[in-house]
Amino acid sequence: MSEESVKKESQPAKAPERVYGVGHKLIGKDYPTPDLYAKVTGLAKYAEDYHADGMLFCKLLLSPLPHARVKHIDTRAALAMPGVKAILMADELPPPADSLTDNGTVIKANLKSERALTMEPLYQGEPILAVAAVDELTAAEAIEQIRIDFEPLPFVIDPLETLRPGGPNPRLEGNIWVQAPAPSAAPGAPPPNPPPPTIGELKWTKEDFANAKEGQLPMGKVPGEWSYGDLDPGFKNAALVLDETFVTPDTSHQTLETRTAMAYWQNGKVHVFTGTQSTAQTVPAIARWLNIDPSNVVLISEYTGGGFGSKITGGVTLVIPALLSKKVNAPVMMRISREEETFIGRARPSLMGRMKVGFSKEGRVIALDMFVISNNGPYDANGDVPSSGRIVSLLYQCEAMRWRGATILTNTPPRSAQSSPGGMQGIAIMEPIIAKAARKLGLDQVAIRRINCPEGKAPVGPVMKSDGKRPHATSAFLKEALDRGAEQFKWNERVARTPKRSGTKVRGVGVSLSCYVGGSIGFDGLLVITPEGRVRFQSGIGNLGTEAVMDVHRAGAEVLGVPWEKCDITWGDTAKNFPYTCVSGGSQTTHAMTRAAYATAMDAKKKLQEIAAKSLGGKPENYEVANERVFRKGGGAGMTLGQAAAKAIQLGGVYDGHEPSADLNKLTKASMAALAGQGLIAAAKDNYPRDGQTYSYVASFAEVEVDVETGKYYIVDFLAYADVGSVIHPRALGGQVLGRSVLGMGHTLGQKWVYDPHYGAMLSTRFYQNKPPTILDVPVNMQWAALDIPDPETPVGARGVGEPPVGGGCASILNALSDALGDEIFRRAPVNADTILTSLEAGRPMQHPLMAHI
Amino acid sequence: MGDSDDNDHKLNEAPPTTISRRDLIKGVIAGGVTVSSASYLFRATSLLGQSGQSTGERLLTINVNGQLRRADVMRQETLAWTLRHKLGLTGTKLGCDRAECGSCTVLINDIPHYACSVLTHMVRDRKVLTIEGLASPEGKLHPVQQGVIDEQGFQCAFCMPGFIMASVGFLKTNPNPTRGELAFGVSGNLCRCQDYDKILTALMRGAENMRRASNV
Repeated sequence: MSEESVKKESQPAKAPERVYGVGHKLIGKDYPTPDLYAKVTGLAKYAEDYHADGMLFCKLLLSPLPHARVKHIDTRAALAMPGVKAILMADELPPPADSLTDNGTVIKANLKSERALTMEPLYQGEPILAVAAVDELTAAEAIEQIRIDFEPLPFVIDPLETLRPGGPNPRLEGNIWVQAPAPSAAPGAPPPNPPPPTIGELKWTKEDFANAKEGQLPMGKVPGEWSYGDLDPGFKNAALVLDETFVTPDTSHQTLETRTAMAYWQNGKVHVFTGTQSTAQTVPAIARWLNIDPSNVVLISEYTGGGFGSKITGGVTLVIPALLSKKVNAPVMMRISREEETFIGRARPSLMGRMKVGFSKEGRVIALDMFVISNNGPYDANGDVPSSGRIVSLLYQCEAMRWRGATILTNTPPRSAQSSPGGMQGIAIMEPIIAKAARKLGLDQVAIRRINCPEGKAPVGPVMKSDGKRPHATSAFLKEALDRGAEQFKWNERVARTPKRSGTKVRGVGVSLSCYVGGSIGFDGLLVITPEGRVRFQSGIGNLGTEAVMDVHRAGAEVLGVPWEKCDITWGDTAKNFPYTCVSGGSQTTHAMTRAAYATAMDAKKKLQEIAAKSLGGKPENYEVANERVFRKGGGAGMTLGQAAAKAIQLGGVYDGHEPSADLNKLTKASMAALAGQGLIAAAKDNYPRDGQTYSYVASFAEVEVDVETGKYYIVDFLAYADVGSVIHPRALGGQVLGRSVLGMGHTLGQKWVYDPHYGAMLSTRFYQNKPPTILDVPVNMQWAALDIPDPETPVGARGVGEPPVGGGCASILNALSDALGDEIFRRAPVNADTILTSLEAGRPMQHPLMAHI
Repeated sequence: MGDSDDNDHKLNEAPPTTISRRDLIKGVIAGGVTVSSASYLFRATSLLGQSGQSTGERLLTINVNGQLRRADVMRQETLAWTLRHKLGLTGTKLGCDRAECGSCTVLINDIPHYACSVLTHMVRDRKVLTIEGLASPEGKLHPVQQGVIDEQGFQCAFCMPGFIMASVGFLKTNPNPTRGELAFGVSGNLCRCQDYDKILTALMRGAENMRRASNV
């Protein structure tokens, strides 16, 4: 091992070990999660690890062209091959199903949305057909035998190119989605849902393009706009006005487990084995994609090899093995290769943003004019563009703000939410401007963020039509996180350290604010207390690595006072009866499902008290629940949880699950019906009030060392200080805070798509061409901490954490780089060695400012 | 892997003592299979009995996790495929199938190798250790596995078997590494949850467990 190849061992100031969950037995404490033994021994089964007797394999035929119409397919030679069992084509897919909301209104299916196979591929790599055969080699050889004639159609991979006058459209009908308003409601009826969006055309004028100076994003007409406050006085009174353009990269999710799926049918039910972020909620998605009743879907997903937003309810391509299996009456495994995953595996859309920001001399953001467009790919519009505006408005508490934006369709792979969709990009666009303003105004980087950051019930976004007010956050303690983080990171010492340059090495420090949504409400929990005295939590949460699938039930066990050793968790197989559960996306699980777990434990407690009163006399409120017993307050008669469970079975009715409470979701009721009679069954809906929208926050600090001779840079130290409400499971939280920070860093360190613009063909299809950060790209000692201040609007106090750290991971590195190198090096991410070297030499940013996929 | 590839290994000769990427490709060519642009291709045994097809399989005996295991193996078959689909050892994961991510890392004669890039016929007469063979037959976890449990290492854990096998291999020759040295030792493994800090803490705990176990 040479000297240079070994990572530098930095010695950051080690913070004293934080004690979380003061006053709790389980909440805030570390414990080995029940899925860990199977993981370390290799026994944990992910989708590709399942095998069924007579299982066939399938392979996909992917479009070689970015936009084309399939004119003719000849499958005769392929079907004649020994071992080839069936071919599935787009016209065999069931028609897209409408969906029914919980209040009974119908959401019409959008016929222009993505489906699993297509005869008009809209991006290179889109699946056209699938072959099932006795093995993969035969299936792949059969694909080679298929004759297919394409009619090439116009294509575009760069959003600005399709916006030009006369520019090509990615779809025959245009380049943007247009949403017609909902029809007005009939008297007494619930308001109908708006019709599905249609595709329209948006073109900017020559003047729009000519008005933008070199390096500036042109600003033509866009469909999205909101504002609050008055911008003009802000800009007039500002001590400093900056007008900056910044471009963030398209970044593939690159889950290490691809979206492999296996399926078979048994007694009219389809059994699907795949990775998904959400167990219970993937069933209705599969039912919709297959246009069958959800009661005919069984999903097995005990372990999922990463999601990051790309597998919120699995992937639509899972219908391919399901339909092939039905066609040939045999199990079918569809293994997705790494290249295939690059095309069908989802990605974060690039955002191009232009911000005009007015600062007071103290650095307060008094006026912000934000303009963003995204590179969305060809299918459904992602929320990144609108969410970028909302997050920026919250995080910097701009006194007056206008947001404008458009989601532009292109012939590139479909995007989906990726950890902090829109938030990460908005923060990456805004933070370098804050950093530049601090330098211009002579302000400390922590200080300028401190006077702008949200506090308490901070307002967010535009005025709501419903009540004429701006919505607000449930809470924000980000100032405290910023202060404590600056102290732990020894920010002032690092800033004061001289010289910054030593030989060819220059050091720089950066800080960033970060936040994202952190929780939803209104879901159900379900548990069984068995006559053996054990508590079994039915967990419909996906096991995607965050451990929320286990962690949230610690809140329930804490309420019941049951030792964790007496608790079991059922997860990963929808035949095992789960309650109505949130999807694990939008960092909502910890918040939503600790609320549901808390409500359910309270329901169990109430039932235990009632059973004790019925059995032993007195009133329910005379009994308390603790130490695996329900007993008369102040001592006296009592019974064990096991005895109470046996009694619950005798009593039946509400006690053993035969009479669910009316407000439960129908999925929960169906699961209760299946479990009824097994013991004391508790189920409850989270009906707790909440004032405000739930967000979580992070203050991120980084130090980098740049070699100005090679352009290479290292992250020397990193700290993320989180404001995520009460800490539930410290180690899992630390994994999320630092893991998602590093996911954000990848956008700075080098991840991007590269395209051949002439053919519309992607060149960065493998890890080595589009590499996520490795263990050598991050400091050997990273640091994280959490305030552990409960959120006042949720009974357990816990909020979600997955997404909030991402923007700060990206932007703290950007800011540290500009601290080291100045403001004239980069105006897009990632920042690679060649960017640094060429720009340093020229004294101005040398990358093309706007061209997509370079 | 730093191996020399100074002589050609013909199929009928004694298996090589080391394997490089170049050996793998040569091995595939020797097996008479064209490298196809389609990725992830494997032939199942079920074509046997179908006329006009020759899968070129032969019965091999390989030493896996201390047991002699027999399997019908194609000439171009990778060790990862044999382990996963012929021997039922699915703990060895395929994340890329092209030596980029390390999820398929196993030990071959105590040296970590990417099983996606080793041909099964090249490991005859060698000892293959997978994640399933790491705990003792009585179920006592290997110190590195225990370290992962102690520290709640890893998130989704799809990369975990590869990281653990790479660590166990590295620690055999570097029993007392610094965090930086151990990071270097597992730098051929990719974690997309990017939980590197906690992974490193867990593997360092594993190293400590190993030293403690060897001192008693």
